[in-house]
Amino acid sequence: MSSPKLDPLQPHTLPSQVVKEDEPALVAAAKAGDLTAFETLVGRYERKIFRLTQNITQNKEDAEDAMQEAFLKAFEHLGEFQGNSRFYTWLVRIAVNQALMKLRRRRPNHVSIDEEVDTGEDMIPREIEDWGPSPEDRYEQTELGEILTNVIGELDSSFRIVFQLRDIEELSTEETAEALSLSVPAVKSRLLRARLKLRQKLNRYFRRGEPS
Amino acid sequence: MKCKEIITELADYLDEDLDPLLRSSIEQHLAKCKDCRIVVDTCKKTIQIYCNSEPAPLPLDTRERLRLALEKRLRRARV
Repeated sequence: MSSPKLDPLQPHTLPSQVVKEDEPALVAAAKAGDLTAFETLVGRYERKIFRLTQNITQNKEDAEDAMQEAFLKAFEHLGEFQGNSRFYTWLVRIAVNQALMKLRRRRPNHVSIDEEVDTGEDMIPREIEDWGPSPEDRYEQTELGEILTNVIGELDSSFRIVFQLRDIEELSTEETAEALSLSVPAVKSRLLRARLKLRQKLNRYFRRGEPS
Repeated sequence: MKCKEIITELADYLDEDLDPLLRSSIEQHLAKCKDCRIVVDTCKKTIQIYCNSEPAPLPLDTRERLRLALEKRLRRARV
């Protein structure tokens, strides 16, 4: 079986609908031994997986190792992928495991992802200011990317990782809970806290210059 | 409904995972409370901005090392 025709130089400019539609065909081809199809999947997702492992580990070397190991493991275990979820979701789960192992090794005393966290009084929002319709347009793409990376990096890992999986990788609450061995209520409470904290931290970049 | 209760239900409200009655109570509160409206709106934007952000290109050396690692593994699969 041959892989679908794709321009290998433009793997990230495909409309998202096309990406979703041809993913099963690429995975089927890779499972049948078409290595070019697997390389196409790597080219398509390497940037997203690297961002994911970077956001979890907060360390470039660990992020790179975790990404490499994730792709190699995905290749080795491709035969076990049943197609019950998207291939990308399966890949994300592998990458999360690799990145968490790095994080635990480097920071054995950090707050564990499965530890109980207090989601109490400090959730009440401060700095309530409007941002206007498209606050992100005030920054160049590179500068915006740096702001988003720095701000999410300021979050405690137990909130950062839940936000990353749920709101950036768009896993469902249940998939996020399963990937992190957390209960659904624990995912929901961390997600709420993460969203509120990020909102507050982004406020200094996005609030309107003048009172509305 | 009080502002504090809006915050408690915020994640489910944003994920549209609430029963219609509770949702309607929240919307009635939001219609009257500007502060809560801003919190809900800026939370939505926070999620959208992160979700829509494009990941940066891989650093060249990182990409090269990934290519080499894969090539080595895929070469074994080819033979």
